[in-house]
Amino acid sequence: MIVIVGAGPAGIAAALQVREFGLAFTVIDDNPTAGGQIWRGDADRTRMLGGELRTGTRVLSIDAAAHTLLVEDADGARWVPYSKLILATGSRELLLPFPGWTLPGVFGAGGLQALVKSGLKVGGKRVVVAGTGPLLLAVAALLRAKGANVRLIAEQAPVSALAGFAAALLRRPAKLLQGAGLGWSLAGVPYLPNCWVTSAEGAGQVERVTLRRGAKTLTEECDYAAIGYGLVPNDELRTLAGDSEDVIVAETGDVEYAWLAGEAAGYRAAGRPLDESALVAARAFDAALQGAFALRPELRELAAPETLVCRCEDVSYARLAAWGSFRAAKLQTRCGMGPCQGRVCGAAVRFLFGWPDTSVRPPAFPARIASLAIQEPVTNGDKL
Amino acid sequence: MSPRFPGNGTRRGESLLTMIRIWVNGAEILVEPGSSVAAALLSNGVAVFRHSVTGEPRAALCGMGVCFECLVQIDGDLQVRSCQVAVREGMRVTT
Ligand SMILES: Cc1cc2nc3c(=O)[nH]c(=O)nc-3n(C[C@H](O)[C@H](O)[C@H](O)COP(=O)(O)OP(=O)(O)OC[C@H]3O[C@@H](n4cnc5c(N)ncnc54)[C@H](O)[C@@H]3O)c2cc1C
Ligand code: FES
Repeated sequence: MIVIVGAGPAGIAAALQVREFGLAFTVIDDNPTAGGQIWRGDADRTRMLGGELRTGTRVLSIDAAAHTLLVEDADGARWVPYSKLILATGSRELLLPFPGWTLPGVFGAGGLQALVKSGLKVGGKRVVVAGTGPLLLAVAALLRAKGANVRLIAEQAPVSALAGFAAALLRRPAKLLQGAGLGWSLAGVPYLPNCWVTSAEGAGQVERVTLRRGAKTLTEECDYAAIGYGLVPNDELRTLAGDSEDVIVAETGDVEYAWLAGEAAGYRAAGRPLDESALVAARAFDAALQGAFALRPELRELAAPETLVCRCEDVSYARLAAWGSFRAAKLQTRCGMGPCQGRVCGAAVRFLFGWPDTSVRPPAFPARIASLAIQEPVTNGDKL
Repeated sequence: MSPRFPGNGTRRGESLLTMIRIWVNGAEILVEPGSSVAAALLSNGVAVFRHSVTGEPRAALCGMGVCFECLVQIDGDLQVRSCQVAVREGMRVTT
């Protein structure tokens, strides 16, 4: 049985490809609904997976030598065998610490988008959208369509970098059309390049944010702030799997890139040859994007000494800065040892201090105690 | 368009009859089916979901199951990520 982890565009594309080759598969996803970040809850797009889909199920660990996965759902945990494993686990947002970022009402940019897609009402709410990348435009457009009062979009990249992005778009006309559509739905919303949030303030929840724009400072009253600094791949499972021929990683990026990568993963799982030129083009576009929206060094200076970097264990910037590596800081401060297992602070710390996170240990998600008690893989065709 | 076509209807005209009733800290609220618990809490004015290890107020951040800032108690289950759970009739949520 081919097991696919992730039911976003990449996982769905892999599944449909594998099905086309007539092979049996199962798709596992942690979310209550399929669709991943972009088609979250979009029944039309995800229905095609049919009965082979297990949502509300997360993969905690991989034993690549034994070809088994430790999965957990509402009924508990068990080891599940696979013949080939496709990891289509997508990405999460890079969230950078700044004074006030722990206030309720401050979300990731994609974070607020995901909450709106899962039913959050934003009608009449004043929202500041900030951070970097084309995702900000998609988020602002969705918020606006749902009746929010989007005050402004602050893009940290300088105008010159955005020009590079526009040039890349010209080489991919389909994207340009998407961009034009977004521009139309965002008419009237100020889009400020060279601008970033330096602090959020409020009593018990966010009431205003302060932004820097070049040498100027501005303040904006808001009910919600949606701030994201790009995407970080969810590669914990890949790290746990190590180098294994039977573990295939589907790259992720924008939705088209993820789809192509998923298809390619399906070909590889089936051992079929594939013309990868479309995938190669998508990869190049992604690289151009990463270049255009590179993070400015000033963002490293946002956190004050007392600003919390690890939100699970409440570890401040000053306490972390005293150590020379993530490993030492973890041992001494418990940074990254809370429930999120460093998923939020790990990438932030990498950006702030240049420390690589070298210490992924199973489980990839904090498991219930009962799940951890199951140590021996069961390889006798245990059904999902 | 056929009424059976999924994702076709807007929520605007939805009657109260199709709403789901849940209990938040003992108070009844009505929410749309399919909503996540986190979205339901925020939409109904619950701004604080939990307090951190040093007592700071916190609420949902990532919306996608990664950050664990949205932990609440659901039907006696401690520490559930409210962004990853859909509302169910009669559910009891404690922040
Ligand atoms: C918050 C957010 C918002 C985004 N919004 C947009 C947008 O508006 N437009 C756009 O073009 N791109 C957007 N992106 C980029 C987006 O990731 C891609 O466009 C697209 O979703 C990629 O598809 P994917 O299949 O690679 O990953 P995803 O869609 O992220 O799907 C990965 C799936 O894997 C599951 N998963 C991960 N780890 C595990 C595990 N251990 N066990 C079980 N399941 C697991 C996740 O629950 C998820 O459903 C967004 C990204 C993020 C993080
Ligand atoms: S909001 Fe981050 S885990 Fe729920």
